[in-house]
Amino acid sequence: MSMALSIAKTEFRRLFRSPLAWSILAVMQFVLGLIFLVLVQEFIEVIQPQTAGMDNVQGVTDTVVSAVYLWAGMIMLAVMPILTMRTFAEERMNGTFTLLRSSPVSVTEIVLGKYLGLMGFILLMVAMISLMPFSLQLGTSLDIGKILASLLGLVLLLASFAAAGIFISSLTRQPIIAAVASFGFLLFLVVLYISGKSQSNGSELFVYISHFGHFLSFLQGLFQSGDVIYYLLFIGGFLGLTIRKLDNESLQR
Amino acid sequence: MTQDVLVLAENLHRHYGRHHAVDGVSICLRQGQVLGLLGPNGAGKSTTMQMLTGNIAPGTGQIMIAGVDLLDEPREAKRHIGYLPEKPPLYLDMTVLEYLRYCATLHGLQAKQARVAMDFALQRCDLTDVATRLIGNLSKGFQQRTGIAQAILHQPSVVILDEPTVGLDPLQIKEIRKLIRELGEDHGVILSTHILPEVKMVCDRVQIMTQGKTAFEDALAGLEQRHADPVFLVGFETAIDSHKLESLPGVTMVENTGKGEYRVSYQGGNIADTLCKLAFAEQWKITQLIPQTTSLESIFLSIVHEEGQVT
Repeated sequence: MSMALSIAKTEFRRLFRSPLAWSILAVMQFVLGLIFLVLVQEFIEVIQPQTAGMDNVQGVTDTVVSAVYLWAGMIMLAVMPILTMRTFAEERMNGTFTLLRSSPVSVTEIVLGKYLGLMGFILLMVAMISLMPFSLQLGTSLDIGKILASLLGLVLLLASFAAAGIFISSLTRQPIIAAVASFGFLLFLVVLYISGKSQSNGSELFVYISHFGHFLSFLQGLFQSGDVIYYLLFIGGFLGLTIRKLDNESLQR
Repeated sequence: MTQDVLVLAENLHRHYGRHHAVDGVSICLRQGQVLGLLGPNGAGKSTTMQMLTGNIAPGTGQIMIAGVDLLDEPREAKRHIGYLPEKPPLYLDMTVLEYLRYCATLHGLQAKQARVAMDFALQRCDLTDVATRLIGNLSKGFQQRTGIAQAILHQPSVVILDEPTVGLDPLQIKEIRKLIRELGEDHGVILSTHILPEVKMVCDRVQIMTQGKTAFEDALAGLEQRHADPVFLVGFETAIDSHKLESLPGVTMVENTGKGEYRVSYQGGNIADTLCKLAFAEQWKITQLIPQTTSLESIFLSIVHEEGQVT
């Protein structure tokens, strides 16, 4: 287990060696900052005057904070594949995977190490994004519980993206193919949600399978153990598949 | 022989689809030996090495590394192996020092051990001056040396090097060969190459592979006497009757290579004297009489050639 942590540490540090991690953090922060600004302005100039004095209206937490987290989740749909393609596909292409393979380290440790390294990056990014909603605390009172639920939801959603992306990355030696395939898969699950919610022939099953539906209930401030278990199963499932795939890879077929 | 057997691989097979890449190869390496794996491209050298280092599992066969079964206890067995693949497994965005520290961690060295090991490897591979530079900015030679440093870092008893001198300049090749020789004194080294002089210079044993099979295997010392007849390259200024050459006692084969030059293979004692006497008697003018010593090459060529004819 300590080996997995050392791999995770190196993975995390290597991320910041390339401009990739920096530029992803910068772009995310910039885009979400703009979205945040627009939402706050709209709330102050439109929503607040209209709803002043009324009972049971949507507060700033609902209109601004949840929306920022929703956008963050959507943007990461496209960004996460770029991060996960590095894990195995790029290592294969550069021949560095041999280093891990020939070391006295088990496949489970390699996969966990890579995943934890990526999770470190995800936590850092979510922390940076969360600075924006929490800055509102300076001027108003926030529904902290709801923000924390959204925050947890985003972390779980991104953790599930990462697990699926790592699995797809382990299938190929072409980083670009890994990125495109992961993006396609993540997008497919979102489409599944949309089709499940459609007016004509919606399906509860599709909504349940999609990772996005579970995220949305977090954004509403709902903490359901069912959703958490869904994400844990999703993550565990894909990491398990990755380990199996890498374990079997060396065998004769 | 009471030397330790470091690598004992028996009857390895590996298919890639329908292609039988390695077909029943066995390898035995003892302490203090340098074994050269030789063969044309696609002979299965790299595949064999990947199997020995646990990167791919053999279809059938058994591999023991320092007495530990690689397939049953990969973690324990891999501690004894240092491996430099064909393409050095380098993270180009790390410095040499960071990279070696990571490798040390992967091999489970403690901080203090790791520092000693790193100093040792840096010195041995002459990398001290570039230790703090990014690997991606180093020349191919330095990258190759970093790869070798990685392979010897944890003082493994077996060092496996896949074409270690590819892409180096002659001076660096010389240094690396010296390093391999030194490694061979206290470790066991398996080396693949298709450069024949390299094998002659650094190896104790040679194993020639073609089409996934071991075609030839022997110790290098005295190889030439045992496996090939000595050859004279004789040049004549005048036209000669080669049948008379063939009929000399001891001569096994005469081959006309054109321009009045003949390759004369023989057995038993040296035939230089009788050959000269014959030439004198026949009044043939000898222009040159050169003993040929490229026997490893001739063995290699004859083996590869034979195999090629079979299929």
